[in-house]
Amino acid sequence: MIRFENVTKVYARGARPALDRVDLDVERGEFVFLVGASGSGKSTFLRLVLREERASAGRVFVAGKELGTLSSWKVPALRRRIGAVFQDFRLLPNKSVFENVAFALQVIGKPRHHILTTVPDVLDMVGLAGKEKRRPHELSGGEQQRVAIARAFVNRPDILLADEPTGNLDPTTSLGIMRLLDRINRTGTTVLMATHDDEIVDQMRKRVIELNAGALVRDQSRGVYGSDR
Amino acid sequence: MRLQFILSEIGIGLRRNLSMTISVILVTFVSLTFVGVAGLLQTQIGKMKDDWYNKVEVSVFLCPSNSSQPTCASGVVTDDQKADILAALDAPDVAQFIQQPIYFESQAEAFAAFQKQYAGQFWASVATVDDMNASFRIKLTDPTKYQVVADVLTGRQGVEEVQDQRRLFDRLFLVLDRATLLAGGLAGVMLLAAVLLITTTIRLSAMSRRRETGIMRLVGASTLFIQLPFMLEGAIAATIGAGLAIGALWLGVKYLVTDWLGSSVSWIPYIGTSDVWVVAPLLLVIAILLATLSSVVTLSRYTKV
Repeated sequence: MIRFENVTKVYARGARPALDRVDLDVERGEFVFLVGASGSGKSTFLRLVLREERASAGRVFVAGKELGTLSSWKVPALRRRIGAVFQDFRLLPNKSVFENVAFALQVIGKPRHHILTTVPDVLDMVGLAGKEKRRPHELSGGEQQRVAIARAFVNRPDILLADEPTGNLDPTTSLGIMRLLDRINRTGTTVLMATHDDEIVDQMRKRVIELNAGALVRDQSRGVYGSDR
Repeated sequence: MRLQFILSEIGIGLRRNLSMTISVILVTFVSLTFVGVAGLLQTQIGKMKDDWYNKVEVSVFLCPSNSSQPTCASGVVTDDQKADILAALDAPDVAQFIQQPIYFESQAEAFAAFQKQYAGQFWASVATVDDMNASFRIKLTDPTKYQVVADVLTGRQGVEEVQDQRRLFDRLFLVLDRATLLAGGLAGVMLLAAVLLITTTIRLSAMSRRRETGIMRLVGASTLFIQLPFMLEGAIAATIGAGLAIGALWLGVKYLVTDWLGSSVSWIPYIGTSDVWVVAPLLLVIAILLATLSSVVTLSRYTKV
């Protein structure tokens, strides 16, 4: 589903590469944790998958497409197959829960009846049934993140990227979010989650990829957060 | 769904930047009014040329008894000299530009016309038949070929002066041409201001909706879909401005030209409101081009995929 071949990303000429010759393969349906200190290259990795950045060297394949040669007008089609969730939720404050999720379908031109049937389904799945009319500021952090996940998943993407989705949440709420991501993973969606949360990583026992200063230093199935444990 | 969604986005954008939208409308309104005025002035000049150049003549004034011109040294023009002049006009390289017949106005006829024109005035009472010029009145098939005729006759014995009536209009046309230039220049400055203002408005609008456009990009909305509301915002504002300009020109022509000038100075062929409709499409095209150009330039920088 995602393949990195000897990928290097340098932002400024002469600077230390943000990613340094990374080789990696993520199969369809896998759940992968991306761990490492701040500045280790986790976000760059996710940005490369979304093609918000292009690799400086090496090749990135996502959903069968080589992103280096993908023309920019085909990028939207690629992103429709990828959902993304962030630490800061990125909801629209002046839209209701329902409208926030529907927005993702409206802007890719889905018909009204499709939106009216799909959005309640996905809100039900993330556990927000009955809160469709609330505004984001009326929800707890965990609930806001559920809205964001609903929005990322409503179009049934092949891949779900999550950049520290539990970074702003307390442990109990985080656990709920992880259960949700796990459920989404079990529908066949590949989940790639960058995180600092050692408890969660240790508890889930999924594949762990560790980056250090842009280099891939560990790739361990059913791994834990720190390599020394 | 799509159309409805885009329309609601446009509505939100226009309302959010209401004061900017109004200023875009006003600036395009004023600039396009100047463009329209320049266009209408040229139409007016064209109309007058069409109308007058067909009527104007070259007047060959023949020597009266008391002229100081060297060609008139022998006194009043003789029949031989007249025959000589007509023969010169009959030469093939000149005759091809002349509409036959050539009309001859005698001193007596000129005196009668003079008395009629200045009836009751001091000039009419002191003039005598001998003060008048007899003249040949020549119509040209091509009014621009005046110089050919003038060259043949000027300096010939018995000819006091060759006069092109067109020259009388030249000063008026010069004034109108200068006015066109002035209106065009002002229009240029205002159009530049309009472009800058539209650019700024779109940029502000794009910045204030960065959160939305960011999410749109993330979930895979196409570039066109993201940019269209901004483009249409500019285009709608500019088109309203053009509409106002067309309305103002129509009112101006109707009340200033047709009703007021038309009733007080009636011998000039004036432009009418139908000429405004000829200029109108041009103004609309300029407005839309203006908005599209500035939005393409701005958006390529602010809403990159």
